[in-house]
Amino acid sequence: MDKAVQISMSVNSEAVNRTVEPRQSLADFIRNELELTGTHVGCEHGVCGACTVRLDGQIVRGCLTLAVQADGCTVETIEGLTESGEIADLQNAFVTRNAAQCGFCTPGMLLTAAELLVADPGASREEIRKHISGNYCRCTGYQAVVDAIESTARSRLGEAS
Amino acid sequence: MKPAPFAYEKPGTMAELFGLLAEHGADAAILAGGQSLMATMNMRLSAPEILVDINGLKELSGISVSADKLSIGALTRHCDVASSEDVAARVPLIHLAMPYVAHAAIRNRGTFGGSVALADPASEIPACMVCLDGEIEITGAMGVRRVPAATYFKGLYETDLHEGEIVTAVHVPVLGNGERHAFDEITRRHGDYAMAGLAASASVSGTTLSNVRLAYFGVAGTPVLAIKAGAALEGTINDACISAAQNALDSDLDPFDDIGCSAATKVHLAKVLLDRVVRRLVAVN
Repeated sequence: MDKAVQISMSVNSEAVNRTVEPRQSLADFIRNELELTGTHVGCEHGVCGACTVRLDGQIVRGCLTLAVQADGCTVETIEGLTESGEIADLQNAFVTRNAAQCGFCTPGMLLTAAELLVADPGASREEIRKHISGNYCRCTGYQAVVDAIESTARSRLGEAS
Repeated sequence: MKPAPFAYEKPGTMAELFGLLAEHGADAAILAGGQSLMATMNMRLSAPEILVDINGLKELSGISVSADKLSIGALTRHCDVASSEDVAARVPLIHLAMPYVAHAAIRNRGTFGGSVALADPASEIPACMVCLDGEIEITGAMGVRRVPAATYFKGLYETDLHEGEIVTAVHVPVLGNGERHAFDEITRRHGDYAMAGLAASASVSGTTLSNVRLAYFGVAGTPVLAIKAGAALEGTINDACISAAQNALDSDLDPFDDIGCSAATKVHLAKVLLDRVVRRLVAVN
């Protein structure tokens, strides 16, 4: 029944072809098949947000999306966003504000925050908190995370004006 | 955890979909957004033998408006409903509810029809459907039928959807003249399951309400229309009638205890929500 499926997709701008079991999650595929371990696997039921990746430009839960569902899609992970420099300012702010403690939630936090920074760079602290409400920080360092996102948003707005 | 092994099919047409559903019966599960299904499979609470992925059926996505109805295709993502100007202008209740649906990454993937098909008792969307007196469009190999939301939601995760059928769309009336909507819910953390929530609509003239519909969620197996509380709010709104409506909730609602909240707390929260939401309905814009 559970016969393997051939899939192809773009991951961080590189073409990828693999044969996968239908039950393999996109997060496990990225970590185990592609050895991109910046995408973390935490709760595996959609609660913690550590597995956040971009699928066709939108953030999704890597644990609630199957690898076979990414067939023909564009996938971006924290490695891709880091390499392109797209979120270099946000990453610098995370370092400056000490917003990464153990670092387990950080890739998911960064991808989630990146989406808000594009959609609404004027977001208030309250709106930032709502937007990252689906990402758990087990070190409970939320204050510094919100600080880092807020300062990045303000500096982007400053540069734009 | 990882899900149990399963087979995977992605039909390209509705005919193929119904063929697969007929062939596999109760062994098949329909995969739309997967934001609840995959979680239950990862926890081994469910183990379908085959997943039928409907994400290739583009005809199931999209929002359309006619003179008196707004229709949302079942496969329309929550994020697209949330950003729809038609929804915001014509059915504000759904627009108001969408930011409360889970979290951003889940709204990007989860579908409106999936939420209706699952019928989670703490979900915002079923309550909106009941409040709006909307219809659920269900399609099977034998054809299409429309079921009023009031009779579609039958019990805890139990709906009028039969084996071999699929929710294909929902249809809701657009905002009438003088009609207003309001929505609120109480959670421990934004995006969590609601301890109690309220979707409300009414015809508003100054501070006078009529046709008041209060649909609560998170307080029973299905959305609950608070009939007596709604009746107590017909007329000019003041502290006394809000208080009377709150008292009426004691007989309208019969909540269950759940993991985070006792039944008594839920009734209390329902009363808090009533006060907030009714004052919003009559607030001067």
